[in-house]
Amino acid sequence: MTATVNIPLHRIAHGRAGDKGNRLNVSVIAYTPEAWPILLREVTQERVLAMFEHRGASQVRRYVVDNLQALNFVIDDALEGGVNSALNLDTHGKTSSFHLLSMEVSMPAELATALGCTGDTS
Amino acid sequence: MTYRIGNGSGFSGDRVDAALPVVRQIHAHGRGGALIFETIGERTLALGHLARRSDPALGYDPLLADLVRPVLADCVRSGIVIVGNFGVANPRAAAALIADIARDQGLHDLRVAVVEGDDIRDGLDLSLLDRWEGDSNALDCASDIISANVYIGARQIAEAIRHGAQVVVTGRVADPSLALGPLVAHFDWSWDDWDLIAAGTLAGHLLECGSQVTGGYFADPGFKDVPDLANVGFPIAEVEADGSFVITKPEGTGGVVDLRTVKEQLLYEIHDPSDYLTPDVVLDITGVSLTQSGQDRVSVRGARGRPAPELLKATVGVSGDWLGEAEISYAGPNALARAQLAAAIVEERVAAKFPSLRRRFDFIGALSVFGGDNRAPDGFAWPAPADVRMRMAVSAREKAQAEYALREVAALYCTGPAGGGGIRSHLQARINTASFLAPRSMVKPRYQMTGGAT
Repeated sequence: MTATVNIPLHRIAHGRAGDKGNRLNVSVIAYTPEAWPILLREVTQERVLAMFEHRGASQVRRYVVDNLQALNFVIDDALEGGVNSALNLDTHGKTSSFHLLSMEVSMPAELATALGCTGDTS
Repeated sequence: MTYRIGNGSGFSGDRVDAALPVVRQIHAHGRGGALIFETIGERTLALGHLARRSDPALGYDPLLADLVRPVLADCVRSGIVIVGNFGVANPRAAAALIADIARDQGLHDLRVAVVEGDDIRDGLDLSLLDRWEGDSNALDCASDIISANVYIGARQIAEAIRHGAQVVVTGRVADPSLALGPLVAHFDWSWDDWDLIAAGTLAGHLLECGSQVTGGYFADPGFKDVPDLANVGFPIAEVEADGSFVITKPEGTGGVVDLRTVKEQLLYEIHDPSDYLTPDVVLDITGVSLTQSGQDRVSVRGARGRPAPELLKATVGVSGDWLGEAEISYAGPNALARAQLAAAIVEERVAAKFPSLRRRFDFIGALSVFGGDNRAPDGFAWPAPADVRMRMAVSAREKAQAEYALREVAALYCTGPAGGGGIRSHLQARINTASFLAPRSMVKPRYQMTGGAT
């Protein structure tokens, strides 16, 4: 069996958050073509919803943007009311991209090494 | 022939010296081109309306003069048209101020166009509009409506430029329309050539946030390093008649334009990437291709368009809640436990007096912005910070309730846990906003030329 490691998504992808009303979008963009299949497999709608449930998120839609090797997540009701209603210091949710990038993803140890990542062997 | 559009401001409060190198670079390629300024947010628009209420000569962007004064003469001399939504709630007053600046600089007969029709507040019956699906939070519709503005499109901007406007001042228009207007005026694109309208909209989308496509809002040391952010260059799109374009930045400025910066901005505030709605077109970016075509140059092509939506988005601002915020620091051994005890004390006191008051506690340095209202992420492992700041935030309909809660934090000086210090508190009246969908029949966009030789 191939050894796999868990690494933070932040090591293989970057992204940006944007807001419109109480709806948040976060892009997750592969740094390299090798990282793209990992994103597709690991960064699922269900896992993203679980990461934002404590914020009140009610629904997540994942859009696969193949031409950019990027995922775009649209997360409903994750901003405690949005920019002019929220009590959160970050009323826009602008910091949320790095919350998503803190997700742990599993990948073959060999690939992680090739991409210059180190992680916890599992 | 290539047409150059630069951006001189990506939001209200952006650097006021950003436009100069952009104008210089456009000018270096000969006469013509456009410079856009984007300065409106959902909150700043309502603030503009409040300012206008208190003084009919106000309501435009507070930084308008600082943005325009350094570049106006150069733009006029180089034939670079300036398009800005810096009119905010009062485009006519903004146009008058720009005319004054022009006269001071010896520029006579400046032709300034004012685009209006976005303001639908007069006689508005909110019950006739559908709520926009993206915000489900309740708006207190019984409150005083401060502002109601529709996102209008690029047509009036293009018309004004065709009729000789050197400066176009707008209120609420869709941000990408600021760039689409001059492109349509220049290339004479047909409004129903949807792929071209989509291409111009895409160029506008990439430009609208200023340096967010040239290395601003991007750096992550060790992962995404960006040179000389203190002097980050603002973007220029070099657009061809077929709608393809290159995103670049002025020579000698900081920042970077590469596939990563362009991808981040391409998806910024996009929901369904095949269905981005603007008043001008429905944009589909799923066929867009990006190529690094030189240092700090990314070529963009492949935008697709479909007919524009029938309904236009409108944002309504009403007198909202009182936002009260207060903070106190704890540091050193057991800091987090003392901060958490402080929060528990305030919570008990406030809950006893105003149980339904909306409130939230944060522990800045341990968990704040990533938390929900009083909920940590699942499985969150609390760190042991050496320095943590307890923050309380409350939302109250009555000012006195918010003031009471703030006093409870102030009282922690003597009644709270050991070693608390550095209390700051802040109380502000908020404008709450919500978005609606308005039929085009409600909206009558128009432009009027002011100034010029008569």
